[in-house]
Amino acid sequence: MTAPSTRRLPEPRVAASVAASTNSHLQITDVTKNFGSQAVLRGVNLSVAKGGTTAIVGPSGSGKTTLLRLIAGFEHPDTGTISLNGTTVAGDGAWLPAHKRQIGYVAQDGALFPHLTVGQNVAFGLNAAKLEGGRRAVAARVAELLEMVSLDASMAKRRPHQLSGGQQQRVALARALAREPELMLLDEPFSALDAGLRVATRRAVAKVLAEAGVTTILVTHDQAEALSFADQVAVMRGGKLAQIGNPFVVYTRPADRATAEFLGDAVILDAWLEGSLATCSLGGIPVRRPPAQGRVQLMLRPEQIRIAEDGPIRGVVVDTDYFGPETTVRLKLNVPQEVAEHADHRYPGGGEVITIRHWNASIARPGMELCLRVVGEAVAFPVDA
Amino acid sequence: MAVLIALFSLVPLGYVAYMTVATGWDTAVGLILRPRVGELLANTLLLMAATIPLCLLLGVSGAWLVERTNLRGRRVWAVLLAAPLAVPAFVNSYAWVSAIPALGGLGSGILISTLSYFPLVYIPAAATLSRLDPAIEQSAAALGLGAWRAFFRVVLPQMRIALTGGGLLVGLHLLAEYGAFAMIRFDTFTTAIMTQYRSTFNGAAGNMLASVLVFFCLLLLLAEVRSRGTARYARIGPGVQGRALRLPLRAYQVPAQIFLLALTALAFGLPLIYVMRWILAGGAEVWTAAEFLPALLATFGYGIAGAVATIVVAFPMAYLAVRKPGWFSKSLELSNYVTSSMPGIVVALAFVTVSIRMVPGMYQTAGLLVAAYVLLFLPRALVNLRAGLAQAPKELDEAAQALGKPPLLAFIRVTLRLTAPAAAGGAALVFLAIANELTATLLLSPNGTKTLATEFWSKSSEIDYAGAAPYALLMILLSAPMTYLLFQQSKKVAGQ
Repeated sequence: MTAPSTRRLPEPRVAASVAASTNSHLQITDVTKNFGSQAVLRGVNLSVAKGGTTAIVGPSGSGKTTLLRLIAGFEHPDTGTISLNGTTVAGDGAWLPAHKRQIGYVAQDGALFPHLTVGQNVAFGLNAAKLEGGRRAVAARVAELLEMVSLDASMAKRRPHQLSGGQQQRVALARALAREPELMLLDEPFSALDAGLRVATRRAVAKVLAEAGVTTILVTHDQAEALSFADQVAVMRGGKLAQIGNPFVVYTRPADRATAEFLGDAVILDAWLEGSLATCSLGGIPVRRPPAQGRVQLMLRPEQIRIAEDGPIRGVVVDTDYFGPETTVRLKLNVPQEVAEHADHRYPGGGEVITIRHWNASIARPGMELCLRVVGEAVAFPVDA
Repeated sequence: MAVLIALFSLVPLGYVAYMTVATGWDTAVGLILRPRVGELLANTLLLMAATIPLCLLLGVSGAWLVERTNLRGRRVWAVLLAAPLAVPAFVNSYAWVSAIPALGGLGSGILISTLSYFPLVYIPAAATLSRLDPAIEQSAAALGLGAWRAFFRVVLPQMRIALTGGGLLVGLHLLAEYGAFAMIRFDTFTTAIMTQYRSTFNGAAGNMLASVLVFFCLLLLLAEVRSRGTARYARIGPGVQGRALRLPLRAYQVPAQIFLLALTALAFGLPLIYVMRWILAGGAEVWTAAEFLPALLATFGYGIAGAVATIVVAFPMAYLAVRKPGWFSKSLELSNYVTSSMPGIVVALAFVTVSIRMVPGMYQTAGLLVAAYVLLFLPRALVNLRAGLAQAPKELDEAAQALGKPPLLAFIRVTLRLTAPAAAGGAALVFLAIANELTATLLLSPNGTKTLATEFWSKSSEIDYAGAAPYALLMILLSAPMTYLLFQQSKKVAGQ
């Protein structure tokens, strides 16, 4: 986790894809989908710019895979429309089947055809009759695609089951890229891989797609993957998109508490907000765009709370968890003096236990009192939210 | 399409029900409650009461010796114990009658059917034992149970599905078998129905016997469903299953070898030896008999036609069951399950009656016989096709569509292609089953048509044992690969 060193967090840059643009590649409008009596999507709106990468992230069962399958054309929406390049492909009586949508689709396990070799898998979408040069052109294209995903051309003769999980995923990507799709749909393609391979494969895939300039939509339940992969993150919950924005914005300024907690660890404190200053156990903290006044819940990311010798806030270490590169420290906060002195203070907290992170395990032992400083702004949520 | 198949598969049951109603209550009661039926009932019940437990005992002990002890040569025994299945029961009967011409009655019925059908218990029992997590036995040992007590308290309950399934199959075979019992002049419902049919063609008496027979089949089916229970037997928890520890036989090694040797000698060796003896006695002459080649060709023709038709009919049913599970596919399966218990003689009678009454042109045509085969052997093809379709998930179909293939082409190039090996396996099983089918073929085949089974039957009925031998040998040779396929298949599906 790289925390900015400045006191104030920098202004978030707004990705091109966030702005509602008229030249959007994919436009989803008020889409709903039920399976039987179960409402899976309850009115989804999403716009994806040409060439952008969007991650749809949400807990399992939130409807994100269903949304992807609607975009791919494997399912029909109940209401609402989906349009590609301004042409409605689903809804309003229009329907373009999957095989005519010019999309690439990579499934969770790659879905390689077990009866074909790697080369035949990659060539599956190519039409030898339409390609100039016939079969030899197909072979050349297969080699080129394999190289694009950093696989040796000699792999073409192998069978899918002879490949590792990461290799299978890359073959699936090469196969999907073969037809030069305008839109690539990735359905949790990295979740079956183990941790180290996952990061490497994700980077390789992102690079290939960026070089090819393909509009990409990634579905994942892994928030770190979503934040690192995409320039637009759409947080899905209960069949709706709770927030859409660039990764920095959704992480530092989540729209609600559930989104905040889904996207990463969060320190939530009761606070009293007046103007744009919130008073809580961590003292007075500036709040950007206050949603309400009076009693609120304040959200900070753990990395915003630093251990500093001259810090104004004190807390006693309750316990620690050692992870190697970092240690999580649970602290019981003292009631700050400025708050205690104000007889009429209306701030409701005091003595909360919070969890922060630190790289140095030796400075935090149970029972020690530490000085803390808060960096940057907090986000406030109305109490009933 | 699937609805038509389901309706079609209920023809035999519907026929029996209709006939019982049409006969009228009083007549039906009169026909059912007569001494002759009581005699058949006693015969059938005694046969089942003795044979099913014997088959369970032989099957389980064989499976246990092969899978759970340090039996010498257990790999060979594993196959040899399944081998008797390759000898059709009526060929077995023929061999025993050649060996002891005086054979007849209940005792020999029990002897021959036990020797013919114990592999039906052995195969699923061995498959379950080989799949059973040894950690369960080890836990029992850790809880202070000795090997014997562990077997009865832990292992045997785990084999319940295999045992009830195997027992049901033995029971259904006993009810349906005609040739083996007719040859030793032992009367069961099936042989009595055949006799009735031969004398009065389509009499009410025969129909009533058929409804009693169907009633017993359904009773067996119900008993199996009840005893199967709802407990779970799948392995719980993650991780890879350990290897089973084998119990050292020590002093019991020799008795165990003698037991297995005697069992396989009686069940497989004796029929093989007598068939070969008759072949030697018959010399070259029997092979050149005018009927031989046509019978072989007809068997192949019916086998291939029946196998293809069965797969074509089974595919949509398997597809519905795997890809679109719901009440409809459930009821399809249920109707198919019930039909699978219908004896060949009932299916044949139903087809004779229905074709004569509704489509007279169909009676005694090859098409009708093939339709009967489809109905009789649909379950075998379904097992294979379902397993095959499970290997071709719909995600692959969708991947092909996303790669620009229209749905039909995607289906052909992916799903159909991936299911092909399973379909071929299913077709082979059906083909081989048709090659050995006797009862329905006798009733439904077009005039003058001879197959290996019917020709064997007519020759051995005329006591031309030498002339029948080549047909018997060919049937055994054709059945051998089927037995092996079934044996392999059981090892694969036992875990599910």
